Amino acid sequence: MSIEVRNVTKTFGSFLAVHDVSVTVPTGELVALLGPSGSGKTSLLRIIAGLERADRGQVFFEGEDATVREARDRGVGFVFQHYALFRHLTVFENVAFGLRVRPRSARPAEAEVRRKVLELLELVQLDWLADRHPAALSGGQRQRVALARALAVEPRVLLLDEPFGSLDAKVRQELRRWLRRLHDTIKVTSVFVTHDQEEALEVADRVVVMNHGRVEQIGTPQEVFDRPATPFVMNFLGHVNIFHGRVESGKALLGPIAMDYPEHPGEQSLPAAGYARPHELEVGRSADADGGLWATLRHVHAAGALVKLELVDDEGHLLQVDVTRQHHEEMQPRHGERLYVRPRTLRVFVHPWRVGA
Amino acid sequence: MSDAQDPAWVRWSLTLAAMAVVGVLIVIPVAQVFVGALGNGLGAYWDNLFADADTRHSIRLTLTVVPLALGANLVFGVAAAWTIARFRFPGRTVLTALIDLPFSVSPVVAGLMFVLIFGLQGYLGPFLRRDGYAVMPYLFSLLGAGLFAGVFVLFRPTRPRPRGSLWNHPGLVGLLGSVAVFAILFFAQQYFEVWPRDQSLKILFATPGLVLATAFVTFPFVARELIPVMEAIGDDEEMAAVSLGANGWQMFWRVTVPNIKWGLAYGIILCNARAMGEFGAVYVVSGHIAGQTDTMPLRVEKLFQEYNLPGSFAVASLLTLLAILTLIVKTGLETRSPTEGPHVD
Repeated sequence: MSIEVRNVTKTFGSFLAVHDVSVTVPTGELVALLGPSGSGKTSLLRIIAGLERADRGQVFFEGEDATVREARDRGVGFVFQHYALFRHLTVFENVAFGLRVRPRSARPAEAEVRRKVLELLELVQLDWLADRHPAALSGGQRQRVALARALAVEPRVLLLDEPFGSLDAKVRQELRRWLRRLHDTIKVTSVFVTHDQEEALEVADRVVVMNHGRVEQIGTPQEVFDRPATPFVMNFLGHVNIFHGRVESGKALLGPIAMDYPEHPGEQSLPAAGYARPHELEVGRSADADGGLWATLRHVHAAGALVKLELVDDEGHLLQVDVTRQHHEEMQPRHGERLYVRPRTLRVFVHPWRVGA
Repeated sequence: MSDAQDPAWVRWSLTLAAMAVVGVLIVIPVAQVFVGALGNGLGAYWDNLFADADTRHSIRLTLTVVPLALGANLVFGVAAAWTIARFRFPGRTVLTALIDLPFSVSPVVAGLMFVLIFGLQGYLGPFLRRDGYAVMPYLFSLLGAGLFAGVFVLFRPTRPRPRGSLWNHPGLVGLLGSVAVFAILFFAQQYFEVWPRDQSLKILFATPGLVLATAFVTFPFVARELIPVMEAIGDDEEMAAVSLGANGWQMFWRVTVPNIKWGLAYGIILCNARAMGEFGAVYVVSGHIAGQTDTMPLRVEKLFQEYNLPGSFAVASLLTLLAILTLIVKTGLETRSPTEGPHVD
């Protein structure tokens, strides 16, 4: 079932948590709401679930206005950040809860409840823990119980708040692949909130990047990574090197780097910045091409798939460059050596608040 | 750890001092109550308790007033704790502070406040006593509307029913319902004299006043116990219940109550102990009418003033027994209740 969020705004006191956000989630997709803490992503998720009421705007499920419905009537499965398992109930009863609280006419018989709960526990691979209490489970197991509990009510939409937030790195990796496979099996429209860009890019079909209560960009992981719409997205989705400067008359003058910038043909000079990811910079010993700058090598981190070089240019700005191990071995750069750094590609953002000024 | 640090004589003298204080101030007086009560033998003790009609009545009255006050405080205490722990609203800190007021105000003053409100010269007294029981239709329709609001919040169906169900218009139903209740009771009173016309609703110097005063004085116990517990547990589990389709009652009964049950039990026990022993506020509002408004503590005092020491001690011993029982239950609860939240099997 598709979800459409239309012009939703939410304030807490004087804090603007969500500002005029519109997002559409097509049926069966797994979408990530990605942003730093305080960006409004959790508020938005809770508004979709009906756990929080929007000040303005509406939420539609399959074209039907869900804003008038209460949380318990939205057919939403919600997985809470800290799982919110019922601590006094066993794993089995936790999962059965949603079936047992149905109105009498819709409540399944005991045998049916049993069958369904065990089926779900099998799906999350925890059927052997049915009689335990939540306190006796590990974080990853609690997470999966919470998921099974949310799925028991056959939700039309699955919402997950920081699903892997409080797990350690290794469990997190496994669990997110598992979640992706699970989603491919059950195909329920899902939205999850995360502050971890790697997680969002790896798991989601599409990513909604949020900042200060606004949507910065919506797109597939590749789109938002390769073609970030704003400096914020560029910055948030990984390391960047920033070259400050100006654009005027079809040229971008960013410190020592000068390049064509046909998007701004006017003579008016505007502040701008060029952004390049560490792997988009190349280093060499000679200035055999234009548009680069000289910098001094400070550090080499060679432990990893790529070798990370840290350089400082003449104005004291830090530059991060990723080179392949092979390139590093061929070149053998030494500490303190002067190297020529040149961006292969550079995304120029003219400061938005000056556009049209 | 202090075993290793403090010399033995310090430990022993401190222990002895504590024992002595407890012995002189608590054990001996309590024992004396029983000695005084049983001094003339078991038969006399039994007669002192149950032969006197006024004493019998005082026991019965206490056993009536205390459960009523307890019930009221259970409802209000849970409601107040819920409000304070779950909602953020202006005046929340003031409300939190006000809940403690009955603890800080002298019970005698509390009693006087009720006299000021419900006395004949008070604010509500003349209205409540006007024309016999004329006030009852108002009271009952208000009560009915409140009850309906509560039921609606707790049991309202998941989604609006398609065909003009009454649940779809709670305001209208509540209004019409209370008007109907009022009309029926009004006519019943006018033409059938459901309540005797020549009497009037008495609050002061009657059981309702005793219940009110007792409930006021013991109000903080339940709320005070619950607020920290509910704040510590948070509302995540309740939200989860709601998102799984539970209605208000199911959420409360299946999720909230199991989580707060130890705090609740503790609050009830303390509230009960205090309610049984309440003297000051009850003294003021009761009017001290033997055989009508004397509760057990008031009876103890009256028998004492009448130089009926064995009788006084007999009733006192009963109160003491109840207190000791409370203490035992409380200690039992403390050892059984898990120190931190979840019980691991």
